[in-house]
Amino acid sequence: MDGTTHMTREMTGARMVVQALMDQGVDTVFGYPGGAVLPIYDEIFQQNDIRHILVRHEQAAVHAAEGYARSTGKVGVALVTSGPGATNAVTGLTDALMDSVPIVVLTGQVPTFMIGSDAFQEADTIGITRPCTKANWLVKETDRLAATLHEAFHVARSGRPGPVLIDIPKDVQFATGTYAPRAGHASRYQPGRQPDPAMIEAIVEAMETAERPVLYTGGGVINSGPEATALLRELVSATGFPITSTLMGLGAYPASGPQWLGMLGMHGLYEANMAMHGCDLMLNIGARFDDRITGRLDAFSPGSRKAHVDIDPSSINKVVRVDFPVVSDVADALRAILETWKARGARTNRAALDAWQGQIDQWRARKCLTYTPSQTTIKPQYALERLEALTKGMDRYICTEVGQHQMWAAQFLGFEDPNRWMTSGGLGTMGYGFPASIGVQLAHPDALVINVAGEASWLMNMQEMGTAMQYRLPVKQFILNNERLGMVRQWQQLLHGERYSSSWSESLPDFVKLAEAFGAKGILCKDPADLDDAIMEMLNHPGPVIFDCLVEKHENCFPMIPSGKPHNEMLLGDASTKGAIQAGGAVLV
Amino acid sequence: MALNIATGSTSHSAYDLRSTFSEVVEKHTLAVIVDNEPGVLARVIGLFSGRGYNIESLTVAETDHQGHLSRITIVTAGTPQIIDQIEAQLGRIVQVRAVHDLTAEGPAVERELALLKVVATGDHRVEALRLADIFRAKAVDSTLGSFVFEITGTPEKVDAFADLMRPLGLQEIARTGVAALSRGVKTA
Repeated sequence: MDGTTHMTREMTGARMVVQALMDQGVDTVFGYPGGAVLPIYDEIFQQNDIRHILVRHEQAAVHAAEGYARSTGKVGVALVTSGPGATNAVTGLTDALMDSVPIVVLTGQVPTFMIGSDAFQEADTIGITRPCTKANWLVKETDRLAATLHEAFHVARSGRPGPVLIDIPKDVQFATGTYAPRAGHASRYQPGRQPDPAMIEAIVEAMETAERPVLYTGGGVINSGPEATALLRELVSATGFPITSTLMGLGAYPASGPQWLGMLGMHGLYEANMAMHGCDLMLNIGARFDDRITGRLDAFSPGSRKAHVDIDPSSINKVVRVDFPVVSDVADALRAILETWKARGARTNRAALDAWQGQIDQWRARKCLTYTPSQTTIKPQYALERLEALTKGMDRYICTEVGQHQMWAAQFLGFEDPNRWMTSGGLGTMGYGFPASIGVQLAHPDALVINVAGEASWLMNMQEMGTAMQYRLPVKQFILNNERLGMVRQWQQLLHGERYSSSWSESLPDFVKLAEAFGAKGILCKDPADLDDAIMEMLNHPGPVIFDCLVEKHENCFPMIPSGKPHNEMLLGDASTKGAIQAGGAVLV
Repeated sequence: MALNIATGSTSHSAYDLRSTFSEVVEKHTLAVIVDNEPGVLARVIGLFSGRGYNIESLTVAETDHQGHLSRITIVTAGTPQIIDQIEAQLGRIVQVRAVHDLTAEGPAVERELALLKVVATGDHRVEALRLADIFRAKAVDSTLGSFVFEITGTPEKVDAFADLMRPLGLQEIARTGVAALSRGVKTA
């Protein structure tokens, strides 16, 4: 790693890029070459420390870098050319910004003396990416390049993580300058804050007397790192408080844990949402009161006092007014809460907590994930139940695309550890999962990496089969194929008078033949009786697999909080929507 | 089997943005100290346009050449929750060193400079000069048929002067926007 000792500090900008990446401990770069990054690619060619993964589209490079970052906790790196290379990276950058994923994207730019002349493959990359990056820089002098690269990594991983971009004109890559090593880099950007002890004390006091507490955790716990996860688990087991999590936070507390309520939110579990609605103390740890979580704001958890731990001050009081705001890293806040709570005698309101648990058990007894089984068609929920059963306990990473399958995966798969679940939450990017699974597999070559997909999402980045084959990445593409844009179809059914406008998948490819065309394995399964064998065949195949699982076409995803409704007005299934219509009302509870 | 969502809900949107916070709109003056780097101003302005906040006035210039610092003074309006959000959102921009809500932090001096071109002859010309004197505006350019007045003061004072000049032949006005400092010994 220490490349600084046996090298001259004078080098070209292109060499500096490679040197800085090595200095930052980068082992993998996802990218696609083009005219404006040729000098950097030439340097990559002449070394063996950094592996370059050639994707088939720049969007996939960024999502792969996200998958790499989220499954390792390290910064992901993508390298693309100017103009269309940069504009294709925009979706990935926005995705990473919404989900707080630390990535560094390097873009080539036309030479400085041509900037502004509408040169070939010129785009105002800095202008275009400003609103979708945490920070971005155009480097006009080679002497500034190394320091900017180190600053970029620092900014990406510090505070609330996020994507950054460096735009490097081609003449800056060719010119020679002085390399500034990482060790000497001092950044002014130091966003960390320690939790306010008085506020921690107030939270602990509230915890001691709370009758109906609930922990509502989010991606911030996972971003904070393994210590935060360990502290969270200690806190939950020590207090006995029930815990729910957002889509982004799954795995921070194990799904097999006794206090686990399941995911909350629009398609969250009944018991989780009811606990949120009925609680008297809400501890929000590293989540951001997203609209998918809160439902109707003025009816959101009306009887609770709320604590909110977030490293980003702008998340506090953004949509929900909280009583105990704490701006700090999750691990620091959890450590302070645990220490203070223990120092004050580790008290909880045991009798009330038992009654609360009894109430939660009643909600749980509703078995909100129940679906109508079928002997003849594969229900998507059943497919995921079998996938869960047959892969449980394996060294497993799950990615998803976006839609119904994503929600079912979150409901039916159990996550025991953090960094095992890669999904596009904030932006909801169809086409995220496949390239993300490539990034995950590269970071964890021996692990089982499955992308749970819908056929429509999957087609958005299907060209990455080429990447998977080239690098022999045994990623399993588990496609729940309902020949529909399932979530769109569900909304059209429920909210738009069953007018299914453009929400079916016409002219789908034969996925088995498609797999074979790339030299991969394809498996088709349409009979529930064959499903277990087919899944085992997928798991036992050493290479990439496209698993075309033909599922029930009109299955809806429940539970569901209809938009504009509070948590206690969930729809629990097709039966409840039917009943609701007969009653002239919309919802059930 | 269509499902009817009750009236009053946002039935065709996933979002329900009805605020539970105070709706009283307040005007605030913010001082934002930033690294004097390319793109910082664009990031600040982009934040306001991207998140739908108001900018009533914005001034920016380098204020510390040695330290590479610029000072942006923004006059904005919003509910207390929006003002807090603006401050927090500004604060998390990497190149922003400090954000001060001068309105909230205590009394502040706010001044604006304006240039006004008045084209007039005869009585109007005399009256324009007389009013300029009362407002302590300076004539910085004069011809036989026109004046350019320079006036410094609060935005309200500049407004008042402009209103008086309008019937006397005000043709054009250029304003700098507000510059502001807190009163007393404390600094931003």
